[in-house]
Amino acid sequence: MATVSLKKLTKSYGPVAVVHGIDLEVADREFIALVGPSGCGKSTTLRMIAGLEDISDGVIEIGGRMVNDLPPRSRNISMVFQSYALYPHMTVRENLGFSLKIAGAAKEEMDRRVAEASGILGLDQLLDRRPSQLSGGQRQRVAMGRAIVRDPDVFLFDEPLSNLDAKLRTQMRTEIKKLHAKVKSTVIYVTHDQVEAMTLADRIVIMRDGFIEQVGTPDEVFRRPQTRFVAGFIGSPPMNLHEAAVDDGQLLFASGERLPLPSQFKANVETGDKVVFGLRPDDIYPTGHGISSGEDVDVHQLELPVTVTEPLGNETLVFAEFNGSDWVSRMLNPKPLKPGDRVKMSLDLSQAHLFSADTGKTLRG
Amino acid sequence: MDQNSLHRVRNKALGIAHGVGLFLAMLVICLPGIWIVLSSLRPTVEIMAKPPVWIPQHLSLDAYVAMFSGVGKGGIPVLDYFRNSLIISVTSTVIAIAIGMAGGYAFARYRFRAKSAMFLGLMLTRTVPGIALSLPLFFVFARLGIIDTHFGLILVYVALNVPFTIWLIDGFFRQVPKDLAEAAQIDGCTRWQAFWQVEFPLAGPGIASAGIFAFLTSWNEFALASQLTRSINSKTLPVGLLDYTAEFTIDWRGMCALAVVMIIPALTLTFIVQKHLVGGLTSGAVKG
Repeated sequence: MATVSLKKLTKSYGPVAVVHGIDLEVADREFIALVGPSGCGKSTTLRMIAGLEDISDGVIEIGGRMVNDLPPRSRNISMVFQSYALYPHMTVRENLGFSLKIAGAAKEEMDRRVAEASGILGLDQLLDRRPSQLSGGQRQRVAMGRAIVRDPDVFLFDEPLSNLDAKLRTQMRTEIKKLHAKVKSTVIYVTHDQVEAMTLADRIVIMRDGFIEQVGTPDEVFRRPQTRFVAGFIGSPPMNLHEAAVDDGQLLFASGERLPLPSQFKANVETGDKVVFGLRPDDIYPTGHGISSGEDVDVHQLELPVTVTEPLGNETLVFAEFNGSDWVSRMLNPKPLKPGDRVKMSLDLSQAHLFSADTGKTLRG
Repeated sequence: MDQNSLHRVRNKALGIAHGVGLFLAMLVICLPGIWIVLSSLRPTVEIMAKPPVWIPQHLSLDAYVAMFSGVGKGGIPVLDYFRNSLIISVTSTVIAIAIGMAGGYAFARYRFRAKSAMFLGLMLTRTVPGIALSLPLFFVFARLGIIDTHFGLILVYVALNVPFTIWLIDGFFRQVPKDLAEAAQIDGCTRWQAFWQVEFPLAGPGIASAGIFAFLTSWNEFALASQLTRSINSKTLPVGLLDYTAEFTIDWRGMCALAVVMIIPALTLTFIVQKHLVGGLTSGAVKG
């Protein structure tokens, strides 16, 4: 088991830089998720850690040892690919034992470790099949088994669940979490799915255009997003984000409508500042149907017209019009609503976020 | 008649028409081959008869007996020719496959300058008719003193086959996902091991197909071989066919018999590799 540290890690293809000198410290046995939209450099970063991609500048250390120029085989890592990358001409047993065979392990040792891994993942019945005879979930499990057998310092996952259907994805997510609890190793997990990142990771690294936007625990990135981008990326449905100007202790929206300036930001802004106001769907609710029961200090009441509702059973997402566009709100213990209804909404401004319209950075002090 | 039985009858009729059509097509394809085998077994009178004698009247193995019975008794040095053909075809195929694997892999996996220009250049060499090269080749080879040697012909056939093997093998390596070699490297392989352990077995059928094609090209090539060979030192079987032509006569029966002798090894080899060949040519069809 080992720490991983990236120092000023840079990757450029010719004049085009795709990873811009990122710094990251991953603790021993930590589960780190790299998330971000396509093309943000997260997979490239992972591939650089694996040694599959040359690095243009900076340092990668695994377990305190610089590995910049070591080939993948000398880094003692294992990787689960999005495509699983199982060897089609080998049985599951051979796939699992391949790394041991290459390392020249004895037959008994090989059998023991393959049996151990297949036991953990429930592959015992499948050992003599070929990858083409397996379902997607089974292939996924074999790919993980192959990674476990190596007993590596660091596990690297490159969007391992994105080829599975929604139900299986949820199942495998749980299995990965259990697996991490069992094998207790350092994991770096790349995904574009923020739900996967939130549910699995000890800490989340949110990347955008080759830069790290924020590193934090799931709770931190959810409750205290440092930038407008993180605020919009983390959370489902996404945070309502609208531009406004600060005007005499109030927020003035483009439509001319106003909201009181949340008290936690009063010290940090002054009249004339351009800001982006953010409020999660959880913090807007038809009055009486929210998480907080309305006793909070900073709850603002508004009557808004409903445009669309999306019932989910236990809750309903209500889209209501304010400032000329739809704001998503979450209604718990739903009651029937139809488009056109005017509903009294509670906005819990104590949970609101303000970002600078210019830099996108949070205005929280 | 109701709709169902109408369709049943129609399907049956279509099936029969299909079968007959296939039979006719196969007949057209196979007839020359069958005619060669038949002609090698019948006297010249029957071969030359007009109108043709469709059903053979006199069958004998005389031509084959004569072929192997030494000079003077109508024989030709068929074993020497066979040996030459085998040495030249096998060696040139092995070399062409080795170069084709290296080149095909490079084109499939690496980025380098002028890659597409080089690939196009290789393909363009295929547009030059081989016979157009025979005279320049002859001059160059004469100067180098490699006329009538195995080496000379091997060189020509390697040059002839390499663009084709590179093109074919490139296609097969492209079908092997890059992830597999990467996974193998993470599993502890060197680049070289990853190639032999994972990529080579998966591209195997393609390489076998390329090998068969290269072998058959060398085995059957006549035009260049007839210019660049002189004696039993290097004459190949196709050139050996000319031994049956004299100033005023052509021994059609003997020529057909030698043709049969030539076809047998090629046919045998194709049968052996057939399974891989079919697998190779269709392996891209189904995503594994």
